[in-house]
Amino acid sequence: MNSNTPSSSAGRAGSADSAAPRRNSKRPKYSKFTQQELPACKPILTPRWVISAFMLVSIVFIPIGVVSLFASRDVVEIIDRYENVCVPESFRNDKVTYIQSDVDKICNRTLRVKKLMKQPIYVYYQLDNFYQNHRRYVKSRSDSQLKNNNSQDDVDSCKPEDNTADGKPIVPCGLIAWSLFNDTFNFSLNNQQLAVNKKGISWKSDRDSKFGKNVFPKNFQNGSFIGGKHLNSSVPLSEQEDLIVWMRTAALPTFRKLYGKIERDLQPNELIQVTLENNYNTYSFNGKKKLVLSTTSWLGGKNDFLGIAYLTVGGLCFFLALSFTVVYLVKPRRLGDPSYLSWNRNPGGH
Amino acid sequence: MKRYVYINDDESLQELYCDNQISNRKYTVLNFLPKNLWEQFSRFMNQYFLLIACLQLWSLITPVNPASTWGPLIFIFAVSASKEAWDDYNRYLSDKKANEKEVWVVRQGIKKHVQAQDIHVGNIVWLRENDEVPCDLVLIGTSDPQGLCYVETAALDGETDLKTRVIPSACMGIDFELLHKIKGVIECPNPDKDIRRFDANLRLFPPFIDNDVCPLTIKNTILQSCYLRNTEWACGVAVYTGNETKLGMSRGIPEPKLTAMDAMIDKLTGAIFVFQIVVVMVLGIAGNVWKDTEARKQWYVLYPYEGPWYELLVIPLRFELLCSIMIPISIKVSLDLVKSLYAKFIDWDNEMIDQETGIPSHAANTAISEDLGQVEYILTDKTGTLTENRMIFRRCCISGIFYGNESGDALKDVELLNAVAGSSPDVVRFLTVMAICNTVIPVKSKTGAILYKAQSQDEDALVNAAARLHVVYVNKNANILEIRFNGSVIQYEVLETLEFTSDRKRMSVVVKDCQNGKIILLSKGADEAILPYAYAGQQTRTFIEAVEQYAQLGLRTLCLAWRELKEDEYQEWSLMFKEASSTLVDREWRIAEVCQRLEHDFEILGVTAIEDRLQDGVPETIETLRKAGINFWMLTGDKQNTAIQIALSCNFISPEPKGQLLLIDGKTEDEVCRSLERVLLTMRITSSEPKDVAFVVDGWALEIALKHYRKAFTELAILSRTAICCRVTPSQKAQLVELLKSCDYRTLAIGDGGNDVRMIQQADIGVGISGREGLQAARAADYSIGKFRFLKRLILVHGRYSYNRTAFLSQYSFYKSLVICFIQIFFSFISGVSGTSLFNSVSLMAYNVFYTSVPVLVSVLDKDLSEGTIMQHPQILFYCQAGRAFVVALETNSFTILQHLAIWGNLVAFYVINWIFSAVPSSGMYTIMFRLCRQPSYWITMFLIVAAGMG
Repeated sequence: MNSNTPSSSAGRAGSADSAAPRRNSKRPKYSKFTQQELPACKPILTPRWVISAFMLVSIVFIPIGVVSLFASRDVVEIIDRYENVCVPESFRNDKVTYIQSDVDKICNRTLRVKKLMKQPIYVYYQLDNFYQNHRRYVKSRSDSQLKNNNSQDDVDSCKPEDNTADGKPIVPCGLIAWSLFNDTFNFSLNNQQLAVNKKGISWKSDRDSKFGKNVFPKNFQNGSFIGGKHLNSSVPLSEQEDLIVWMRTAALPTFRKLYGKIERDLQPNELIQVTLENNYNTYSFNGKKKLVLSTTSWLGGKNDFLGIAYLTVGGLCFFLALSFTVVYLVKPRRLGDPSYLSWNRNPGGH
Repeated sequence: MKRYVYINDDESLQELYCDNQISNRKYTVLNFLPKNLWEQFSRFMNQYFLLIACLQLWSLITPVNPASTWGPLIFIFAVSASKEAWDDYNRYLSDKKANEKEVWVVRQGIKKHVQAQDIHVGNIVWLRENDEVPCDLVLIGTSDPQGLCYVETAALDGETDLKTRVIPSACMGIDFELLHKIKGVIECPNPDKDIRRFDANLRLFPPFIDNDVCPLTIKNTILQSCYLRNTEWACGVAVYTGNETKLGMSRGIPEPKLTAMDAMIDKLTGAIFVFQIVVVMVLGIAGNVWKDTEARKQWYVLYPYEGPWYELLVIPLRFELLCSIMIPISIKVSLDLVKSLYAKFIDWDNEMIDQETGIPSHAANTAISEDLGQVEYILTDKTGTLTENRMIFRRCCISGIFYGNESGDALKDVELLNAVAGSSPDVVRFLTVMAICNTVIPVKSKTGAILYKAQSQDEDALVNAAARLHVVYVNKNANILEIRFNGSVIQYEVLETLEFTSDRKRMSVVVKDCQNGKIILLSKGADEAILPYAYAGQQTRTFIEAVEQYAQLGLRTLCLAWRELKEDEYQEWSLMFKEASSTLVDREWRIAEVCQRLEHDFEILGVTAIEDRLQDGVPETIETLRKAGINFWMLTGDKQNTAIQIALSCNFISPEPKGQLLLIDGKTEDEVCRSLERVLLTMRITSSEPKDVAFVVDGWALEIALKHYRKAFTELAILSRTAICCRVTPSQKAQLVELLKSCDYRTLAIGDGGNDVRMIQQADIGVGISGREGLQAARAADYSIGKFRFLKRLILVHGRYSYNRTAFLSQYSFYKSLVICFIQIFFSFISGVSGTSLFNSVSLMAYNVFYTSVPVLVSVLDKDLSEGTIMQHPQILFYCQAGRAFVVALETNSFTILQHLAIWGNLVAFYVINWIFSAVPSSGMYTIMFRLCRQPSYWITMFLIVAAGMG
């Protein structure tokens, strides 16, 4: 009789057996990825770590700051704002009429060299309050037309300076080219002409592959409303370096554009005579015009900001490192003390 | 509302109902593109991006190349469309396989091989052993002389045991050859998805003698996707075909659950959208004003004095486009990606594999992992969830005598063994009820041992215990049961089975003793469903005491009872029962009513006590999760005392001095109301004391409370961290979940049985335990785990990590979009508010697609704290629950190799991409990068930015 007594687990054992092959295939493969156990480094910001990191930053940053500040101080810059003084007294109240009139706009300025300026000395013009980044302006150009002689008609993007009144395409088209800066500067030192090299002031890559060698200005500045400089229609665009420089539009409303290079040293206290033709209209929007002569250092032009920023950050880090050290020494705290956990500090108050 | 199926009638029904072609496909080749696009564009974010992309086609206002939006947009759409297409193609393939399977069908009186899709309603389908059932059939014949067949319903409800199906009585005994020619009509309801009900009638036409209406139940059907087992052949009439089968109707996509985080992201998106509109308006107005005042003076811009009519709109629209990146296009894709990875991590987790059965955890819903970290209420079932659901018969009380009290195991109690050996009539009757009052099927294995196939663990325990006490249930042959007792075989004929329902809380069988022809009613059930119906004059006090005593020990009790029926009483009742079982409307309720008429004047035989052990690690799990600020509610169908005992033993509530139990009871509205108010009062007073207060409510009081005092009960629910609800029905469980959800709590429901399914589907997160009560709960759930204790890991580790990672990812997505957007906005102030973009198209696209998305994606590997720390200090979870991490710092806390790879790789990629574009003469940024890299000041500045950023 007992032999027929069923065991209570027999039924389950049977079903478990049938599940056995399935079980193996279902069991996920073990890997560090699947178990989320990939080795990881876990930076814990211990006081020592923080203090030494701050210390390190200040040690590295302060010298860099000093060096770049010196580099920037080495740069000699002469800035001359001329848009007001170059308007005759009689026109001071209505400068726009002056600039749009046909009167002679020659203006003489004298610049004094404060310190020795080593060659090359870069000559820039600086415009203020001029929105080269205005959407309407910045889009108004045709890159394909500038590069290829064949795509002269590619002027769709150039509106409103796309075609002349009689429907011929303008080369180079667009507002940017049309409003090319047209003040000119002549320099003389002790009544001797000071040569300004205007070659190589634009990017080589622009000359080579953005502006075509066989693209010549056509129908340019032929309209009733003249924007800026005229272009010599026998010189290909790739050699019109003023245009190339101008067409690298500036991102900010205050910008400098390279005009040329003076390839000789200027001695201290030398006086440079500048004869400039004040043609460009910035008066209608109260824009400033400045002439800038500047040398460069290994860090570029005159720029104190970088050095000051490095010094500030370095100094701040040094200060923090110092104060953390003091706090750490005065009131040390054991790492990983659970009594600091919020629910341990004020029980029940969550 | 009814369907009449004419059996074997080749002409009339061809057109009326659909054929058996199964189609799970969402799309066809033609409608794929429009339908899929329509679906994708019904989401707000996608509509937004489409609008932006369309606006960009207008070159007057677009700041960048339209490709920078169209590219990612098309990419994202293509990814989700091809995923859909691939899924649909697979569905098509599997449909095709099922549709073209050859089956035997009777056509014009001859058996023919046809494809499954050509089966029509009314056809007779023949199946062989191990065949898959092609459509819903009403059985009319099987190879078994008793008309039985066995089916495996795993595909339908996940239960792996074999179920018995029987042919209707009208078809009993019809010759094998005649089945081809059978004619008749089946009256059945229209297709529905209830796989437990089929209330229909069958009437056969002459020459088949039985002219009566024969009731059909689900027991007479075999449903689509089941397998025929242990039966040589079976045949049936197709009643529901194609997509109208019970399986086909119950398919359908459950409503997607949205996590709290998703809701937050949507809100944030909305807020950013509003902010964006404000920015656009302000800048648009400023732009127009600037244009009218300043731009006229800027002669080089050549603004015309007379613009087109849309002039005023141009600048605002430009800003709209510039600011469109404020809402990150990549966030949905990235989130979907990382969420599926969270789900995979859960699937892969080796520590959540049930060592006993080897079942790994599974995340069926990949979208809601981070909600796990925000759970505030856990509603848990008791049996099978907290306990093992491995029932062992421990004690019993027969006619007032307690057995098994000393040893704790009645099977070893000498007194009981002696009583059995002495054939004490009370004890024998008791054991007989244990052995045959059930739906267990004994199966003889090849070795001669008897295996019991039981659907209920309690019945399994009782039958096995009876067998150990020498009352062995050996065989069931159609309606004849054989019991072997002390060497003699006793046969009983089962006349009726009054099945168990959770409302009646008892089940009975009516059997006829074949020796003396007596008709007996045998019942077993919960004490309150049996004891009140004892015959007048029987002392039930000892039984009540026994029930209470057992419940104190946390044992499950069942009362056994019997009654001898008179022949005519039975006959009279039998007619009513038959009528009730053949009704089509409210059948369940009618049957219950009829059963009530028979189940009274019981002679109570005794009480059984079955032990259900706690699962491993349950108390620890509950304690840990409690510490994490999660409130526990226990919802059980068991009786109050048992529930309280289990609750005590698993740390659910604390014993007296520390804890306090408040009872809500009462039978009438007034009583419940008074009790509820008393409890509320106590609760308010004690809420300041450090005392564990829990309330206990039973199903009856709960019903009244939910109906009439919902407000008070809701207040109670908010005040109380612990609650025990006993004697609750599945729908009440779901109601409680609903109640907590309506108070804005994140709920998690965990259960293992079919009675938990509704609660699991209702809750924010449903967790199913793949336990002994089948897989129903696990299939309905969002997560299925093998053991209750894995819940700790699921919530504390996976839930918390997922939450933190998603928080990081979404914050970062918004952060990076806002950063670049603010740069554009500030730039617009120095570019004449004209809507110029500072960045070119390539940089913008690369910023969104490469630079900022890849390093963020690897943040799925971020672990801010180790798993051990979280397990030790579960309080950390408070931060997730409060949703605080969403506003806390953007930081990565640990760096794995992959993260290093992504970050440094990304840095390299930045330079590579820019160098490549700088090397292409036709692109706008030709040589710029090379120039930049030659400048020492660039490097020095970069160094400064990086160092300052780190600081």
